[in-house]
Amino acid sequence: MITVCPTSSLPPGEAIRVPAEEPIAVFNVDGEFFAIDDTCTHQDASLADGWLEGATIECPLHASCFDLRTGKPSGPPAKVAVRTHRVVVADGMVHVQVSAAAEGAA
Amino acid sequence: MTSTIAVVGASLAGLSAARALREQGHDGRIVVIGDEVHAPYDRPPLSKEFLAGTTTVDDIALGSPEDDALDLEWRLGTRAVGLERLSRSVQLADGSEVRADGVVLATGARARRLPGSDGLSGVHVLRTLDDAVALRADLAVAERLVVIGAGFIGAEVASTARQLGLDVTVVETQPVPLAGPLGGELGAVCAELHADHGTRLLTGTGVAGLIGTERVEAVQLTDGTRLPADVVVVGIGALPNVEWLAHSGVALGNGVLTDEGCATNVPGVVAVGDCAAAWSVPAGRNVRIEHWTHALEQPATAAATLLGGAPPVACPVPYFWSDQYGARIQFAGSRREGDVPRVVEGDVAERSFLAVYERDGAPVAVLGMNQPRLFTRWRRQLRPAVPAS
Ligand SMILES: Cc1cc2nc3c(=O)[nH]c(=O)nc-3n(C[C@H](O)[C@H](O)[C@H](O)COP(=O)(O)OP(=O)(O)OC[C@H]3O[C@@H](n4cnc5c(N)ncnc54)[C@H](O)[C@@H]3O)c2cc1C
Ligand SMILES: NC(=O)c1ccc[n+]([C@@H]2O[C@H](COP(=O)([O-])OP(=O)(O)OC[C@H]3O[C@@H](n4cnc5c(N)ncnc54)[C@H](O)[C@@H]3O)[C@@H](O)[C@H]2O)c1
Ligand code: FES
Repeated sequence: MITVCPTSSLPPGEAIRVPAEEPIAVFNVDGEFFAIDDTCTHQDASLADGWLEGATIECPLHASCFDLRTGKPSGPPAKVAVRTHRVVVADGMVHVQVSAAAEGAA
Repeated sequence: MTSTIAVVGASLAGLSAARALREQGHDGRIVVIGDEVHAPYDRPPLSKEFLAGTTTVDDIALGSPEDDALDLEWRLGTRAVGLERLSRSVQLADGSEVRADGVVLATGARARRLPGSDGLSGVHVLRTLDDAVALRADLAVAERLVVIGAGFIGAEVASTARQLGLDVTVVETQPVPLAGPLGGELGAVCAELHADHGTRLLTGTGVAGLIGTERVEAVQLTDGTRLPADVVVVGIGALPNVEWLAHSGVALGNGVLTDEGCATNVPGVVAVGDCAAAWSVPAGRNVRIEHWTHALEQPATAAATLLGGAPPVACPVPYFWSDQYGARIQFAGSRREGDVPRVVEGDVAERSFLAVYERDGAPVAVLGMNQPRLFTRWRRQLRPAVPAS
């Protein structure tokens, strides 16, 4: 379990990048938190820098959109889902339980 | 009777057109004709990660397993040599023809070559996968690279070659690189990027000729300087692949001329991507856009025109990116000579900034260097402000 930040420092509509060997992006969608791998499955871009619309994040480089619930891209150029991770909120802190395998990998 | 649509050119614009045709309900045949033997692949990595050796051919495939459901008939390794406008049949180099009810022209562009460089080994252009494989092999055993042209190809190849440890000199005729797309002020920042990373950039200098008998040995400049070279890369622009249409009756200029909806003057024939010069309302002329996102998105408009459907909602603002020496450069909007860039965030000296180009006090374009998050927000804001082009 990785401790990310206090819930107060990740307001709705915002994203944070958690540095790690495989960096993770955590989003606040109207009070609900989601975590996915931060690096786009297409090429080299940080999804935390993308455009959040509902529970969808648009990649800042080539605009593939990923569903934060499933990790699946909605269309090209990305073909592979990003890994999703479980978020646990406890005592006002956001934690991420990192998924084991790259489940989205084709 | 089911109708047939022929897509000529099997790259980003061609594949995107085939996908858009299916998405918009065309259930007849789609025949995709491409002169390269490869299935569609992505070109941007060819000057970046693929040239550096950090991505593979598989990584840059454009197709996905879902494309199997498109049920496309591929004619790869086959060049189209003519178009008969009345029967709308596409003539192929092998003597066969594809009769179609609709034709999508998506033959892209090719690299301009330096006159007199033919037959000299060690001299490369970079447009195709085969070009990239050949250049990569040559760079692996070279020490000195001279790049002719400091445009996108020049800057990205120079950057990758520095990463590979080569000694790099770039020669550019204009006083400032990338002044066309970015303007003089921010083009000058790109010039500094070369210097930051140990690349010699010689501007305002022409090339008199290449020296060498079988293999290139040096580049001779118009001012008399002789630059020794093991490898030379020529990145002096791209030309639209439209010669094959010369006798077709399709109107040609700097590319295939189309209206805003991608329609050519020939009914049932549309054109997309790097080969097409579509009418632009804001510019008041036909503009040939040579950027990836355009080739990805524009075919949806062309498919609607061909199928008689409603065109997709407002065209997004033009966008491109470039990776140079680890700096991610992103640009969106329509810049004209005279638009004034203003740095609104970050610091040019830090190579991390966002600049907004203004015309009559209103933002018309935005450039970010290593500012993806802020850039994305600005790009969005430009959408409603810039008229569809
Ligand atoms: C090395 C490189 C790096 C790039 N990097 C970037 C970048 O970072 N950002 C960006 O925005 N853009 C970039 N671009 C530009 C982008 O790749 C192009 O805008 C895009 O490829 C255009 O797609 P297209 O399908 O219109 O044309 P093309 O990709 O040129 O494809 C046209 C296809 O048609 C084929 N063809 C031509 N004539 C015929 C014929 N007579 N019969 C059959 N087939 C034919 C060609 O062989 C080719 O396969 C880069 C381009 C290159 C070369
Ligand atoms: N990141 C990107 O967007 C990107 C990256 C690579 C390639 N591309 C595309 O690939 C195509 C080709 O790129 P490019 O860089 O060759 O074209 P370009 O037009 O961007 O740049 C060509 C440069 O060469 C210079 N030049 C022309 N003739 C010269 C000569 N004889 N000697 C020295 N300099 C000379 C020009 O002044 C210009 O600066 C374009 O369509 C481009 O958009 C795009
Ligand atoms: S890097 Fe994300 S869509 Fe290309």
